[in-house]
Amino acid sequence: MNGFFEFHFYLFSLLAIASALLFVTRKNPVPAALWLVNVMIALAGLYVMLDAPFVGIIQVLVYAGAIMVVFVFVVMLLNLGRSGISDIRSVGPRLGAGVVGLALLANLLVVQRQKIPRIAPAPAVDNVVEGVAASLFTDYLVAFELTSLVLLVAVIGAVLLAKKRVRV
Amino acid sequence: MISEALIVSAILFVIGLIGVMTRRNAIILFMCAELMLNAVNLSFVALAKMHNVTGHVFVVMVMTIAAAEAAVGLAILISVFRHFGTVDLSSLRTLRG
Repeated sequence: MNGFFEFHFYLFSLLAIASALLFVTRKNPVPAALWLVNVMIALAGLYVMLDAPFVGIIQVLVYAGAIMVVFVFVVMLLNLGRSGISDIRSVGPRLGAGVVGLALLANLLVVQRQKIPRIAPAPAVDNVVEGVAASLFTDYLVAFELTSLVLLVAVIGAVLLAKKRVRV
Repeated sequence: MISEALIVSAILFVIGLIGVMTRRNAIILFMCAELMLNAVNLSFVALAKMHNVTGHVFVVMVMTIAAAEAAVGLAILISVFRHFGTVDLSSLRTLRG
């Protein structure tokens, strides 16, 4: 059983990284969005392998199902899907990005190796969803309620920004 | 499996960062930001396996904020497209001195 989790963990990791690389190198936004959906579904698999099935399901529903649909919809609405010209910057910014990226990656790996204590993983809980719910609705209740306010403001803001301007 | 997950998370975050720095299409920049948020979520879940399920609560919060951010950001993008007729960031140079 443990080998099953290990194998699929590495499989989904490779899938996520390969899809992410394909995503940043596509010049057309529509294939890029579809590769990003692939990354998100691979990440959902990783969450399940890391004992977080609830987060995995939410990932598929919210990210792959809702947020990416909005992106593809905006691409369609603005008719950006056919641009033949590449939008990747010239060699200078590319080199800069490569250097910054490698430096950040090295930094993160060193921090990960040195600062995170090596303790054994906590024993797997039977019902993770129950733990999440108990934590969400007691300790983080205020944050949870404020989240609904943020969503309301976002909905009103999005409608206000995207609607046609009325001359006054 | 936890440290491997953190390494995958770092790699995905850096891919997103390189995307933000090398692309000019605003919609792809938004998608790269989503990729970076996902990378952080992965490390939250990995560390939740080490400690307790509080990390999952944070992931749910991050997803909600990401949804709100995507909605508002894309609305701004539609507004920008109406005004300038493009979403190429190098052609939005009104504030350039």
